[in-house]
Amino acid sequence: MRYIPPFRLAVLPTRLLRRCTRPGLPAVVALMLLAALFWTAAADAASTLVLYNGQHPQSVRLITRAFEKATGIHVLVHSGEGPAIVQQIIRERGDSPADVVFVENSTSINLLNQKELLSPVSAATLSRVPRQYSATNGRWVAVLARQNVLTWNPALVHSRNLPKSLAALARPSWKGKIAIAPGDSDFLPLVDAMIKVKGEKAALEWLRGLKHNAKIYPDDEGVVAAVNRGEVATGLINNYYWARLRTEVGPQRMHAEIAHFRRRDVGNLVNVSAAGILASAPHKLLAQQFLAFLVSRKTQEMLARGDVDYEYPLVSGVKASPVITPWNKLYPPRIAPSRLGTDVTALQLLEKSGLL
Amino acid sequence: MRGRLPPALVFLASMPALLVAALIVATVGDALGSGVTHLLTEFLGSAVIRLLFNTLGLMIAATLLATLIGTATAFLVVRTDVPLRPLWQALGAAPLAVPAFIASYAWVSLSPHFEKFGGALLVTTCAYFPLVYLPVAASLKRLDPMQEDVARVLGTSSFGAFVRVILPQLRPAMLGGGALVALRALTEFGAFAMMRFQTFTTQIYLVYTAGLTGSVASALALVLLMLCLLVLVAYVLLEGGHSYASVGRGAARAATVYRLGVWRLPALAFLVLLAAASVGVPLGMTVFWLTQHGAAAITPAEVSPHAVFQATWTSIKLGVGGAIFTSVLILPLALLASRWPGRRMVTWLSQVPWLAQGLPGIVVALSFITVAIRIVPWLYQSTLLLLVVYAILFMPFALVGIRAALVQSPPLLEEIGRGLGYGWFGVLRRITLPLAMPGVGAAAALVLTSIVSELTATLLLAPLGTETLAMRVWENTSTLAFAGAAPYAAILIGISMVTSWFTASRFGVAAHATAVGS
Repeated sequence: MRYIPPFRLAVLPTRLLRRCTRPGLPAVVALMLLAALFWTAAADAASTLVLYNGQHPQSVRLITRAFEKATGIHVLVHSGEGPAIVQQIIRERGDSPADVVFVENSTSINLLNQKELLSPVSAATLSRVPRQYSATNGRWVAVLARQNVLTWNPALVHSRNLPKSLAALARPSWKGKIAIAPGDSDFLPLVDAMIKVKGEKAALEWLRGLKHNAKIYPDDEGVVAAVNRGEVATGLINNYYWARLRTEVGPQRMHAEIAHFRRRDVGNLVNVSAAGILASAPHKLLAQQFLAFLVSRKTQEMLARGDVDYEYPLVSGVKASPVITPWNKLYPPRIAPSRLGTDVTALQLLEKSGLL
Repeated sequence: MRGRLPPALVFLASMPALLVAALIVATVGDALGSGVTHLLTEFLGSAVIRLLFNTLGLMIAATLLATLIGTATAFLVVRTDVPLRPLWQALGAAPLAVPAFIASYAWVSLSPHFEKFGGALLVTTCAYFPLVYLPVAASLKRLDPMQEDVARVLGTSSFGAFVRVILPQLRPAMLGGGALVALRALTEFGAFAMMRFQTFTTQIYLVYTAGLTGSVASALALVLLMLCLLVLVAYVLLEGGHSYASVGRGAARAATVYRLGVWRLPALAFLVLLAAASVGVPLGMTVFWLTQHGAAAITPAEVSPHAVFQATWTSIKLGVGGAIFTSVLILPLALLASRWPGRRMVTWLSQVPWLAQGLPGIVVALSFITVAIRIVPWLYQSTLLLLVVYAILFMPFALVGIRAALVQSPPLLEEIGRGLGYGWFGVLRRITLPLAMPGVGAAAALVLTSIVSELTATLLLAPLGTETLAMRVWENTSTLAFAGAAPYAAILIGISMVTSWFTASRFGVAAHATAVGS
């Protein structure tokens, strides 16, 4: 630094001031851009709802768009995989900015419920959906449903050789013939259900068998695509991945088919997408409004009619897409979604078996 | 400028190094903390073996292939009479403006048969061969043709001269480029995830999204970090201890242009094929999906002009904000490096930011989430945190560019300014910066390009409600909604090409590549 005589120090502030009053254009633009960057995030907090979303972003965008149109309430969406979203809320402790959490599977939201991080859903909203699908303590509402199915390629396996039960896929005879996506959040409920029905030890044995047999894919989209192009004979997926692939490639290029296990087998498990309001939610009223919107007839019809979602609507009187197996032909095991578990044990077993 | 280093400037200039050092400590600490025990108990698990096999297999194959293709292309373009040489010269660098995950999207949407290893290798090679091509082409142009002539006079065939004289001279460029390709192959995430090819980066993401926090992800991150370190060590070992210097530059004479004869057509076919695979398919498929109606062709993801505009605006905002933030952060260091070169501390300070290049974006982002929640909660989910991560990832590019621009502005003018009574800040504002501005702008444009096409950190750290072009491409491609991804992909490529062109026109393509690659 140059030496500045003390008497000249007095001049410095005025010089600084002058400098600040006519700064260069680039500096102004830069400052304004930076300011805009931070400002937009903070804008309009009062009439904004924050949604932590573990559902497919495309479906949720349809919903939030319609909600914004109907109510004028802006929805800020943070999307990710359900289990990661739930872990994030737990890590954020009471400071989460989230109002509503909407996930693909009840097992994710059960964990939040167990940790007492949810607040009650209004009775009117809960009554829109058959009681057995939502939380027994009324802290989350079931919105839509899907079924676990086996997708299979008729060119590679005969229909009479298809497995009758989920457990059978762990037998040595299935080596190399089954595709799974143990990292997809939709795989966890199946493990939860296995634990529920057969116990932890048997579930772990089953996973070890799968580990030996299965070809591993990163997600259900990958599984159904692989079966469709004949890379592997069968695959475990939720039924809507099959329907979406069918829309994508067109029915004539759809070689994969759907099979169900024998009636009431664990493999026929029905998963529900569920929504809840955080106990720490800054906008509880708006959140209640959003949940009511999710189970409104209009929203459920919009989702059932369109070719984006392919889930079963849970509100009575709304028909599911004709592309998927009719709701009354599913024969799922009798396990209430809120009693399915919390993914915690399922994750431990997946880790132990080496599948994750 | 000589004399004592101004302490204020040194303080500011040490910020980048401090940031990177803190990041490395946090990342490695995080990984070591819970990862080691898990690693010891589960290391021989077949999952890790498979990942090692996949990751190393791809890295080695991509590095060899990219080096081979890059070198061959450089030789064809610089030293042979292959037709349309200027065109190939430009097209050789063009893939750098196409983010690897966009190329991946294009190939996967062309046919699902491109998934897995084959597709991953194809995309990595096509996206990164310019990292070898550009430095090798630059060295070829600088080579003294006299040495070849000597070899020929001594009776070597032209092929022999190539192997025994030219190739050894290209060794540093090939090794440097190859090391970059290897590092990119190790740290790439988006391209592999879209190819459904499992490597360490995709598995870390998977484990994270499955809700398994802690030990598994940390153990995987630790192995990946070690692999990156191994590449760096291997590079240093292979690179050192050779002398390539020649005495005197010899007479300036154009190098021999080899006549390809009957090989002209096959060589041309090779270049056409390469350009088609590396630039043609990504651009072509994007344009193809643009013309398809979302609902008719593919899983319909609603594409509205509003959504496209929003994502574009967000990407540009983040890109410009990040570029300014990064440039301002790096400016003191660039100033120090250009005006007081050779000081040990200055060299050291400007080396440290490069270390972050060996850290995979996914590992960086995850450790930042942990640190932010635990230590600085007000930074968590803020735009500022994302900008800091961008700065760490792309600081070296800004450093290279801004320092180059500062070196070009003559210190004499600054001394005159000082003589006229300005302090160092006055000199900086009135003389140094205005002179360096075009270069600073080009460097900032390069950072902007990198930010707009960054996927991993953006995906994990984006503040609430923020959706960028890259995120939209990702979200649509992972649910196989290819038509839905197209408008975002097209705009992304457009921005990237314009800003790359801006940088290249200022610094020349080779400098651009050094920065992008390094």
